[in-house]
Amino acid sequence: MSSATFRIWRGNAEAGAFEDYTTEVSEGMVVLDAVHQIQAEKANDLAVRWNCKAGKCGSCSAEVNGNPKLMCMTRLNTLPLDEPVTIEPMQTFPLIRDLVTDVSWNYEVKKRIKQFAPRKPDAPDGSWRVDQYDVERVQEFRKCIECFLCQDVCHVLRDHRLHDKFIGPRYLVYTAALEMQPLDTEDRIADLANDHGVGYCNITKCCTTVCPEDIAITDNAIIPLKERVVDQMYDPLTKMLRMFTG
Amino acid sequence: MEQVQPVQIAAPVRGWGQTMRRDAWWLQPLAVFLGLSTAIGYMTWAALQGEFYHFGPYLSPLYSPELLGGSPHSLFGPQPTWWPALLPFSPAFLILWAPAGFRVTCYYYRGAYYKAMWADPSTCAVGEPRSTFLGENSFPLIIQNIHRYFMYLALLFLVFLTYDVWNALWFEDAATGVASFGIGVGTLVLALNVVLLGSYSLGCHSLRHLVGGRHDRIAGLPLQRSCYDCVSGFNRRHMLYAWMSLAWVTFSDVYVRMCAMGIWTDFRLL
Repeated sequence: MSSATFRIWRGNAEAGAFEDYTTEVSEGMVVLDAVHQIQAEKANDLAVRWNCKAGKCGSCSAEVNGNPKLMCMTRLNTLPLDEPVTIEPMQTFPLIRDLVTDVSWNYEVKKRIKQFAPRKPDAPDGSWRVDQYDVERVQEFRKCIECFLCQDVCHVLRDHRLHDKFIGPRYLVYTAALEMQPLDTEDRIADLANDHGVGYCNITKCCTTVCPEDIAITDNAIIPLKERVVDQMYDPLTKMLRMFTG
Repeated sequence: MEQVQPVQIAAPVRGWGQTMRRDAWWLQPLAVFLGLSTAIGYMTWAALQGEFYHFGPYLSPLYSPELLGGSPHSLFGPQPTWWPALLPFSPAFLILWAPAGFRVTCYYYRGAYYKAMWADPSTCAVGEPRSTFLGENSFPLIIQNIHRYFMYLALLFLVFLTYDVWNALWFEDAATGVASFGIGVGTLVLALNVVLLGSYSLGCHSLRHLVGGRHDRIAGLPLQRSCYDCVSGFNRRHMLYAWMSLAWVTFSDVYVRMCAMGIWTDFRLL
C-alpha cells in the first residue's frame, strides 16, 4: 500500500481553491476510487457526480492533470503519483460545486436540432428495409455516452465561450447521426451553417482525442457535415450538377 | 424554435499557454511548426532557383508538369518572350500554387497549422493568446471551403507525376541518342513519390465525400460504395500520408537537384 496526493478543486461559482488530500492507493484503482475514498475519509462534503463506474453513463467527467477525462476510466497507474494529481471540474460549463458542473446547456442545444423524420414505410406492415452497411455508418455515433468531454475540450466553447453561436462537437455528432440516417428525410444543412455554427469548428481534433468511446468525431461526423454544407452553399459546380440530376 | 438560455460561466478563461496539463503538450505543435516551416522554406527556395530541376529522364516533382521552361520535359516550349524581364522566371511558379493550395486547404493541415502556426488553440486544453475567434465561419477562412477544387487539380497532378515516372524509365544514350529501358535510384525515388502523394490525395476528406459519403444510402450504389471504402481506407491514415508525402516530395527535389549539380551520382539498377 502506498499513498498519493490529490489536489482537488473545492468551491462554487463565487469562490474556490485547490485543496490537497493524501490517501492510500492500491493496484487497480481509478481516479474516481481515490475521490470516493477521500470523500469517505477526509472530505464528506466533497461534491462529485458519478453513477456507473464503468465508463458508460458519462457522469464523472472532470479534468485530471489538465486533461478532460472520465474519472472512472482513468487508472492511477497511468498517472505520475510522485506529484499531486490535480482534479478539477470541466471548464466549459458553469460550476455548481467542487467537481460538479451544470451541463444543462447541452440539453437546451439538443432541442434546437430538427428531429428524426423517417420516410414512408417500405412495406405495408409499416416497416422499413435498410442495408446493414448504411446502418453501420451512423451506428458509430450512437456510441456517444454524453459525457460532454468533447464539449469541454473544444476551444470554441472553452476559450471563446461561443455557446450562443456554436452547438459543439457532441451535437454535431448528434446531427450527423440524424443527417446520415438512411431513413431520415429532414434537411438540417442550412441550420448547420447558420444557427449551429459548423463553420466555427477549425478541425483541431481535440474532441476526437478526448472521446472515451473512440468516436472519430472530426473525420466521420464534423468534416462530412462541413462537406454537405459546401455542397449546398459554396460549390457552384455541385449546384449546377444537381440542377441537371435532380 | 426554443432559444438557448445564456450560460453563466464561472471559471475564468485561461491565458495563453496556461494549463493544468503536466505532459509535454508543447512538443507536438513545436514539431509541426518546425516540419511545416522547413518544408515551406525549402520549397520556396527550390521554386525560386529555376535551374537544376531536371537530370536525364528525371524531373523534380516541384516543377512538374513543366508547362513552360528550358528543359526537355517542357510541354509547351521555353520561357515565353513576353515574360516581364524584371520578374524572375521559374517553371515552378506556374504550377506550384495548385499542390500548395491543396495542402493549405487540406482538413488535416488546417487543424495542424491552426495549432502550430496560429495557436488557435496551441493544443488541446491549453489557453489561447486571443479572445476573438471567427473560425471558418466568415472571411478570410471561409475560403477554405474551396478545398475540393484544389483536390481536382491534385488528382490531375498525379497523372502528370505518373507520366514522369514512365519517362524516368527511359535513359537516353549520350552517343547514339537512343532511349533504352532502365531503372535508376532516381526512378525509384520518383515512383515512391507518386505512391505517397497518391496515398495522401486519395485519402482526401472531400474526395471521400464526393465519391460516396454525400449519400445516406450507399449500399445500393456498388461502384460508389467500393470507392468510398477505398478512400476511407486511405483517409484513416491521412495524417501519416500527409507527412510522408510532404517529406518525400521535398527529398525528391533534393535528389534530382543534387544529381543535376553533380554532387550525387544516380546509380543505375537496371
